Amino acid sequence: MRLTCPLCGPRDRREFYYYGAADYLRRPAEGASPDDWNDYLHNRDNPAGLTQDLWYHEQGCCAWLKVTRNTVTHEIVAVEAVAVADAGGAA
Amino acid sequence: MAKARLSILAYLPRTRFNAPVMERSAMRYSGFKVIAQGLFGNTGWKPAWRDPAPKAEYDAVIIGGGGHGLATAYYLAKNHGLTNIAVLEKGYLGSGNIGRNTTIVRANYFLPGNSEFYSHSLKLWEGLESDLNYNVMHSQRGLINLFHSDGQRDAFARRGNAMINQGDDAALLDRDGVRELLPYLDFDNTRFPIYGGLLHPRGGTARHDAVAWGYARAADQRGVDLIQNCEVTGIDIEGGRVTGVQTSRGRIRAKKVGLVVAGRSGQVAAMAGLRLPIESHVLQAFVTEGLKPVIDHVISFGMGHFYISQSDKGGLVFGGDLDFYASYASRGNLPMVEHVMEAGMTLMPMIGRARVLRSWGGIMDMTPDGSPIIDRTPVDGLFIDAGWNYGGFKAVPASGFCMAHLMATGQSHAVAARFKLNRFATGHLLDEEGTGSQHNLH
Repeated sequence: MRLTCPLCGPRDRREFYYYGAADYLRRPAEGASPDDWNDYLHNRDNPAGLTQDLWYHEQGCCAWLKVTRNTVTHEIVAVEAVAVADAGGAA
Repeated sequence: MAKARLSILAYLPRTRFNAPVMERSAMRYSGFKVIAQGLFGNTGWKPAWRDPAPKAEYDAVIIGGGGHGLATAYYLAKNHGLTNIAVLEKGYLGSGNIGRNTTIVRANYFLPGNSEFYSHSLKLWEGLESDLNYNVMHSQRGLINLFHSDGQRDAFARRGNAMINQGDDAALLDRDGVRELLPYLDFDNTRFPIYGGLLHPRGGTARHDAVAWGYARAADQRGVDLIQNCEVTGIDIEGGRVTGVQTSRGRIRAKKVGLVVAGRSGQVAAMAGLRLPIESHVLQAFVTEGLKPVIDHVISFGMGHFYISQSDKGGLVFGGDLDFYASYASRGNLPMVEHVMEAGMTLMPMIGRARVLRSWGGIMDMTPDGSPIIDRTPVDGLFIDAGWNYGGFKAVPASGFCMAHLMATGQSHAVAARFKLNRFATGHLLDEEGTGSQHNLH
């Protein structure tokens, strides 16, 4: 499995650290209920098919990446930097 | 439908639905039977279970015909007298993780909550073959967890004490003690020298498929309908209560439904509007060509993730850690293959001559704390048995036992009382590895 880092190009899976579902980008606001925090930290849609998750290019440019991939086929559909995604769209 | 039911009834001895008498009337397996059948060309064997069509209604339905689901059905019938029940399986019985694991059976847990559960499971294993009248090839060959530093020795000494306190067995071996049992290890590896090991003599292996078949046969003999090629496509809920399931073979009504589909828990739970604390991951395993007996224990390497045993057929069965990304593919990627092979060669260089026959992957329900769930759900009558992480095989008997207890009585069994669905919200975690309650840490 290879991920195409938007900064470094196609790189081996071993260069990346998997963090988890992209749900982590939707952090509850200050004052959110304990249920919201529990949902954010623990509960997952866990789809069989297309999913979005966060990877860290630990042995490369150290960018946090939002990866769209297929959990059934391991196909990588899209990779974008979280900083760019956060700013409202793909570069 | 009525016609089909009549023909099944006509086909079976009446006593079959009366559990205590049934056991005498059903075909019993024995050494004598094997010899007698051999003399007559093995023509007298009967199918080990029926292949019934689904009825319109059952007292309880279990979704998932794997080890845990079949065990749940068996104990519902045996311990609680519930025999008007069905197991619904999308494919064929035992087509999931019960046939994909590395067959290890152990009770070497540390935390209260896990410890008594796995201890209970091991005791059930020890009586399983006579209970089921089925040879599951349970082999208590001893399990040895190696350690490679003073700190690891201390941790294993504590774990061993916890196991003894639980009433199970453990012995802390020094280097010479390990050498006596496992002379072929590389004791003087400069990076990971072997300091000793924690021996769990009652640990061992069992024949994985036979566990599913044994439970299936025993459940069927008690009147449970095992319905294969029957995919659940919806869960019917009215006014917060479960009323049945929609399947590829029609609607089936039931007041109690058990969701026992580890590996696919998220998808099936979503049919009931539930979102689970589970992320699915792939775990790879490997087997070599058959060899003469060479490894007569279960051994785990304390540095790098690697464990190995030898099947009765002769293949070395071994595995490592998760691939560490969410996956439903029943195969993994090469980096973990490389890691496992490296770890194996570091620990026991002699296996380098063995050729790997095949590798495969199983899909693990990973919970944030690495422990399972056996609990009610917010939907009345809907129960869940899930989140077995990478330790579901040894748990099969106790999981079925406790899930059956929960479905029959509505109360958690004492040894599974901490496997709560909402423990991540309440903070009552069961983090055996002590690494934190986060999805990517187990």
